[in-house]
Amino acid sequence: MIRQLMKGWVWRLAWRDSRMSRRRLLLYSLSISLGIAALVAIGSLGRSVRAGIDDQSKALMGADVALSSRKAFGDAERDVFEKLGGERADEVSFASMIQFPGTGGTRLVNVRAMTGGFPFYGQFEAEPASGVEAFRKGEGVLVDEGVARQFGAEVGSPVKLGEWKTRIVGLLKHVPGDSVAFASLAPRVYLDGAQLPRTKLLGRGALVRYRALFRLPDGPETAGRLRGLRERFRELKLEVDTAEKRKANLGKAVENINGFLNLVAFIALLLGAVGVASAIHVHVRQRLPQVAMLRCLGAPMGGTFAVYLIQSMAMGGAGIVVGVVLGAVIHRVVTGLLAGFLPFPLRVEFSMAAAGVAALAGLGVSLSFSLLPLLAVRRVSPLAAIRAAVSAPARRVDAGRWVVGLGIASSIVGFALLQTRDWRHGVGFALGVGVAFGVLALAAKLLVLGLRRLPMGWLTFGWRQGFASLHRPNNRTGTLLVSLGLGTFLILSLQLTRASLLATLLPADAGSRPNAVLFDVQPDQVDGVVASLGRLGLPISDSAAIVTMRIREVKGRRASELATNRADRIPGWVLQREYRSTWRTNLTDSERLIRGEWVPRVVPGTSPLPVSIESGIARDLGVDVGDALTLDVQGMPVECRVSSVREVDWRQVRPNFFLVFPAGGMEAAPATHVLATRVGSPAESARMQREVVREFANVSVVDLALVLDAVERVVSKVALAIQLMALFTVGTGVVVLAGAVATGRWQRVQEAVLLRTLGASRGTVRRILAAEYAGLGLLAGMLGAGMAVGGAWALVHFVFKTGLHIPWVEFLATMAAVPLLTLSVGLLVSRGVGNTPPLQILRNDG
Amino acid sequence: MEQARVQSLLTVRELTKEYRNGSHVLTVLRSVSLEVREGETCAIVGPSGSGKTTLLGLAAGLDTPTSGTVELVGCDLGSLDEDARAEVRNRHTGFVFQNFQLFPTLTALENVLVPLELRGGRPDRGLAMDLLAKVGLAERTDHYPVQLSGGEQQRVAIARAFVTRPRLLFADEPTGNLDGDTAHRIAAMLFDLNREAGTALVLVTHDPELASRCGQVVRLRNGQRIDA
Repeated sequence: MIRQLMKGWVWRLAWRDSRMSRRRLLLYSLSISLGIAALVAIGSLGRSVRAGIDDQSKALMGADVALSSRKAFGDAERDVFEKLGGERADEVSFASMIQFPGTGGTRLVNVRAMTGGFPFYGQFEAEPASGVEAFRKGEGVLVDEGVARQFGAEVGSPVKLGEWKTRIVGLLKHVPGDSVAFASLAPRVYLDGAQLPRTKLLGRGALVRYRALFRLPDGPETAGRLRGLRERFRELKLEVDTAEKRKANLGKAVENINGFLNLVAFIALLLGAVGVASAIHVHVRQRLPQVAMLRCLGAPMGGTFAVYLIQSMAMGGAGIVVGVVLGAVIHRVVTGLLAGFLPFPLRVEFSMAAAGVAALAGLGVSLSFSLLPLLAVRRVSPLAAIRAAVSAPARRVDAGRWVVGLGIASSIVGFALLQTRDWRHGVGFALGVGVAFGVLALAAKLLVLGLRRLPMGWLTFGWRQGFASLHRPNNRTGTLLVSLGLGTFLILSLQLTRASLLATLLPADAGSRPNAVLFDVQPDQVDGVVASLGRLGLPISDSAAIVTMRIREVKGRRASELATNRADRIPGWVLQREYRSTWRTNLTDSERLIRGEWVPRVVPGTSPLPVSIESGIARDLGVDVGDALTLDVQGMPVECRVSSVREVDWRQVRPNFFLVFPAGGMEAAPATHVLATRVGSPAESARMQREVVREFANVSVVDLALVLDAVERVVSKVALAIQLMALFTVGTGVVVLAGAVATGRWQRVQEAVLLRTLGASRGTVRRILAAEYAGLGLLAGMLGAGMAVGGAWALVHFVFKTGLHIPWVEFLATMAAVPLLTLSVGLLVSRGVGNTPPLQILRNDG
Repeated sequence: MEQARVQSLLTVRELTKEYRNGSHVLTVLRSVSLEVREGETCAIVGPSGSGKTTLLGLAAGLDTPTSGTVELVGCDLGSLDEDARAEVRNRHTGFVFQNFQLFPTLTALENVLVPLELRGGRPDRGLAMDLLAKVGLAERTDHYPVQLSGGEQQRVAIARAFVTRPRLLFADEPTGNLDGDTAHRIAAMLFDLNREAGTALVLVTHDPELASRCGQVVRLRNGQRIDA
């Protein structure tokens, strides 16, 4: 074979033989271009992001080390900071309401009071830049640009933060370490730490985070000092974050996302390869008489095979070149779009390695998929040149097909392994792809069979003829259904999954559930807030006291000891987190008792105190009914015994708790209160927030509509990214369709001419074509939609443990778009088919 | 006059066809006239490039002449648009081609039904089956063209040509691609059906024997009629 490839006549013939079909073959070679483009764009984007991370590794956090705690730093902590050395800045952050007296608006924000020279790396970006200096001097606050715009505020506008009346000195654009996505969820307000007491917002029980940020000298000494202090950090319950850790986490996340997107792109490439193989199949079938003639003239089998192999490689090569160029363009555009969404600037870094991998993958899959139809060339008998009826020898087991099939399977597994670096994922992906293609191909076959049996006598000739074309000999329905159906399946399953997840957040009965939560309400303010809401006609639908606490001991063993002992397998966050707990006499409707006994109330001073624990945390801690827990309630140890285990439906947006105490057990502890109510409209919500915050400046209000809106925006952005990838698959499907229509065009023209000779009008010819493409699109839409419903159901049921929600309008619109797209592309590529003069039929007669 | 109009199925008058290629004009047919009456047979003969196929195409309304008129079954084709001409073809004519021209994706029976189906409504499958039986293909109705020999394919084409009971059949070298025996049988079949159904026959042929069986022979050379 290789020897044959060296022969000049093989190359000359390959060139000459392609003369009549070069344009058509080129169109088909574009099938793999989109997959290649996606791989190149994603690979290059990954490189750009990695380069960005490397460039900005320290600015990712703005400091080398951050130590944070839920309680104010005392002497012990300051002693540790002293030992750590370097330069230090402090941040006190909490959620609170900002008021815009100018427009009367209020909004929950993340307040950050800064002392010291943070950020040590990178800088605050604000408009005007002088605003940064002004806020440090205590002349006012920096407010997130988005929130200021929302309330019509600008630089100089008055704002009220708790009791402090001040003004905006700058509009915040970027803070090292924060992404735009984060800012949209929790808009930030920066003020000088010295001004914090003026707000009077730091009441007891407020959820405050204290952070000490350090700039440390580079080198092994610093690393050693950090290692040496690790135990001390743990004892003081200081959370440690380092720029290095962030960089590693971010790098790993980028690798994971990159690998995932690459696999999606690879699906588009595989689909394109199926398209190329299908084109080669048609091309080879049309060339069989020439092949027989070549054999008659004495061409060796290997040489004849090489002629068509060269053509296939040329097709793959053309598709790859177009794909790489397209990928470079897409990469440039996407890099621009992503700017600002990531916590660091991006520069355009085209990755030659990604282009190389994509080109190799493209050549590999297009060649291996093409080999399947090409094998037919080896079986053509020279006798076929003189007797057309000579058929290929009876089917026998063709070892070549098995070898090629094995090659395809191993190249898919190999690529997946390269991306996921985990053999289970690699094999899983290959199996998944195999199953998806298999199910689609099987379903396509069944649909075609069903179509054949469908009574169509009631249809007019044009429609009947068009639909029948889908199951007649030489149809390409199977390939086209797989390629169009797969794209539809990917797009629709994403749509359904996203809708189902959002429907869980926004249930159908959301209209009757509380949608505004007031927290940080001090015990002496509860009656006043309730009265204030009452005046506005707003009922209290939920009310709970909140006591913050940490776990000190589990079944007599210290939490710090359990955290270091890997044999216990208790996740660190479970032991170290701060628990916001409550007391009450009854279970709520989002809870269900699984084990033990619900204790509604106890006499104050009872010890050990009965506590009801949430089932997931009970499992993580390895405790059950009767086990002992010692809790640290703001410095005071409290002995408890697990009295019951509850299951909590966290999907219900309401105050839910890991630990619930009986009434009478915790009332002495410092608490804040949370109240929930239902507001009817954004205007009502704004009025309520204004009224409550005016009277009780420390109370924060969360409008769930706003939160859900922000969540939906983030979910939608992520979904959009994946949907864009799925669009590459749809695009590939369209190119495969266009190529198939172009390949079959000659036959269509012949049929059209014959039909018109026999008396068919141009309208009838158009109807036949329209019926065929509309039918194809309809079947692909139905097939993709059916599989999407099944796939999305499995995903939301087994992974997200929720029900499937079908947004019918959106769903049907996408489903309807498939036949419309197929019809448009089909008719566009077939235009002119019906216009060939019928006289052509006599000319073709020879 | 009325009698002549009814009896004359095809009247071709002074037909000229020119093809223009830039400033170069190629005249492939020059002032040719002919008339075919009900039940009549007419052969168009002549060497390659003499304009036979062009004349047949123009007579059947497959193309429009540069000048001259064609009247087919009382309709002046020059005054009709392409779709109207298509309808005339479907109503009154049948076609048989040298290369059979069957739809490769339709079975023999489906191929025969196409002209009827183009008329709309429910096609007479019985008639199609009868015709296939008549041409000796009763057992091959579900076969695709690729599964039939050349002679069998041409027989399907003949059944398709006669299924609309046309008044005029156009045949372009109907036996040109067939071996001697098969050609003979196909020719016999054409003339038998012509006799039985009273269908007029216009055929282009190189075969002198086939031409000699026709009532009228039109001889062409260099686009001109040389027998008149």
